[in-house]
Amino acid sequence: MGRDRLRVVCYSLVIGVALLGIWQASVAGNAPGKGLPGPAAVARAAGEMLANPFYNNGPNDKGIGLQLLASLGRLAVGYAVASLVAIALGVVLGLSPALYRAVNPYIQILKPISPLAWMPLFLYTIRDSGWAAVLVIFMSSLWPTLANTAFGVVNIKRDYLHVAAILQLSWWRRLMQVILPAAAPAIVAGLRISIGSAWVAIVAAEMLIGGTGIGYFVWNEWNNLALTSVIFAIIAIGLIGVLLDAGLGRLSRRLAWSE
Amino acid sequence: MRFLDIDHVSKDFAGVSVFSDVAFSIAEGEFVTMIGHSGCGKSTLLNIIAGLEQPSAGGVVLSGREITGPGMDRMVVFQNFSLMPWMTVFDNIRLAVRAAHPDWSRRRVAEWVQRYVDMVGLTGAEAKRPAALSGGMRQRVGLARAFSTEPKVLLLDEPFAQIDALTRGVIQDELVRMWSASRNTVFMVTHDVDEAILLSDRIALMTKGPNARLAEIIPVKVPRPRTRAELIDDPEYLRLRNHILHFLVEAAQRPGAAEVEIAASTGRLPSMDT
Repeated sequence: MGRDRLRVVCYSLVIGVALLGIWQASVAGNAPGKGLPGPAAVARAAGEMLANPFYNNGPNDKGIGLQLLASLGRLAVGYAVASLVAIALGVVLGLSPALYRAVNPYIQILKPISPLAWMPLFLYTIRDSGWAAVLVIFMSSLWPTLANTAFGVVNIKRDYLHVAAILQLSWWRRLMQVILPAAAPAIVAGLRISIGSAWVAIVAAEMLIGGTGIGYFVWNEWNNLALTSVIFAIIAIGLIGVLLDAGLGRLSRRLAWSE
Repeated sequence: MRFLDIDHVSKDFAGVSVFSDVAFSIAEGEFVTMIGHSGCGKSTLLNIIAGLEQPSAGGVVLSGREITGPGMDRMVVFQNFSLMPWMTVFDNIRLAVRAAHPDWSRRRVAEWVQRYVDMVGLTGAEAKRPAALSGGMRQRVGLARAFSTEPKVLLLDEPFAQIDALTRGVIQDELVRMWSASRNTVFMVTHDVDEAILLSDRIALMTKGPNARLAEIIPVKVPRPRTRAELIDDPEYLRLRNHILHFLVEAAQRPGAAEVEIAASTGRLPSMDT
């Protein structure tokens, strides 16, 4: 195990250094300030941005930390509400096969719609771009959790429900002690897909609404032709995506069970 | 003495009769076992008594009240244990104790659970999950869960079928010990003849399904306490064992079944009037 791991780390480092090398080599001929910036220039810009991530010099000049916090705040609200709705609805559908079959066609139609397609309707109806972005997050993180929860509940072994019936558990206790824990692995798998698609959607939504957020930051820096900032923001988006997924990965290991 | 009355119960599945017109009673504190081939519907009958399935005709009456659904007065010990795999041993039993005694304090519930954990010899394994336990240990949890609620009726659905042969005897002894102390009324289904004789006051024999029927109920006149060692040499045990085994073999070769076999071997259909 130890040797295997060491080998994997070595491969990773070699690939990383190689990619950086290719990047650096491909931009080496550019005159200073022209063409794509290389890794050294991005690293320099990153150092500057990370030295003071939370400064606020008005609407068009905020630190990258503030922008990321704005995005994460929207994500938290939209994702939390979507997850609650999706799990509740998923349990109801999972427990009622007839309702599940009746509702499923609508879910199938709604699921493939890009959450951004809803944006004009949200802007028109609620007339607040910040909340419209939150609703886009809501739409993007609803379907995977809903589908997985319903699937998980449908497939709960009858034996567990028999035990719950014999013990005459109240509906609340049956939900909390039997149904949710039994379906938890499937539900968390859905939550994990949802947070990924929500994080993908927030960048695009913020490019559209402007104001704050990492998506707006990327677009604003592009308008300033500050490509070093754009590239650094891309890397930051990726790293935060990894952290979000790792958090849910940890939750999934805690709730996992085997027969 | 009609404590648990199986009143002419029939069960059909998709228009095909599984068993029909099964009628017998179990007295309070009695241990009755049903033996039959796979497919005779004995587990279905157990589920009907548990209230998990509905009879197609007839009904089940427990101490004067007709059974319409599951209830805490009847606990099932399942063949596949049916423990909640996300709960520890302790929590599995506690789930049942809390359901049986919603008014008890947490502490009283915990003490009661611990008593049953100790009773089945799982002291020290309280925090383990079922996946970490052997089949025998899992069924000990199943027994503890069922006994801990002190039900009027215990329903044992082939409780030892998935336990290896060496452990099975030990767990059967545990069951006898717990039952001797509690004296619940027990209905068990099995296809293990020795197990039935060791444990039961009476044994009900079912003919082969489909459309199985209750053939006879035989009393086990071997005095308790019974031990496996003494049982082997007991003439009454040998007589019963032979009787039941003959019945099971003959039931498997009853006229209808035999005719089909002859037809298959000779290539001729049996005539309609036989």
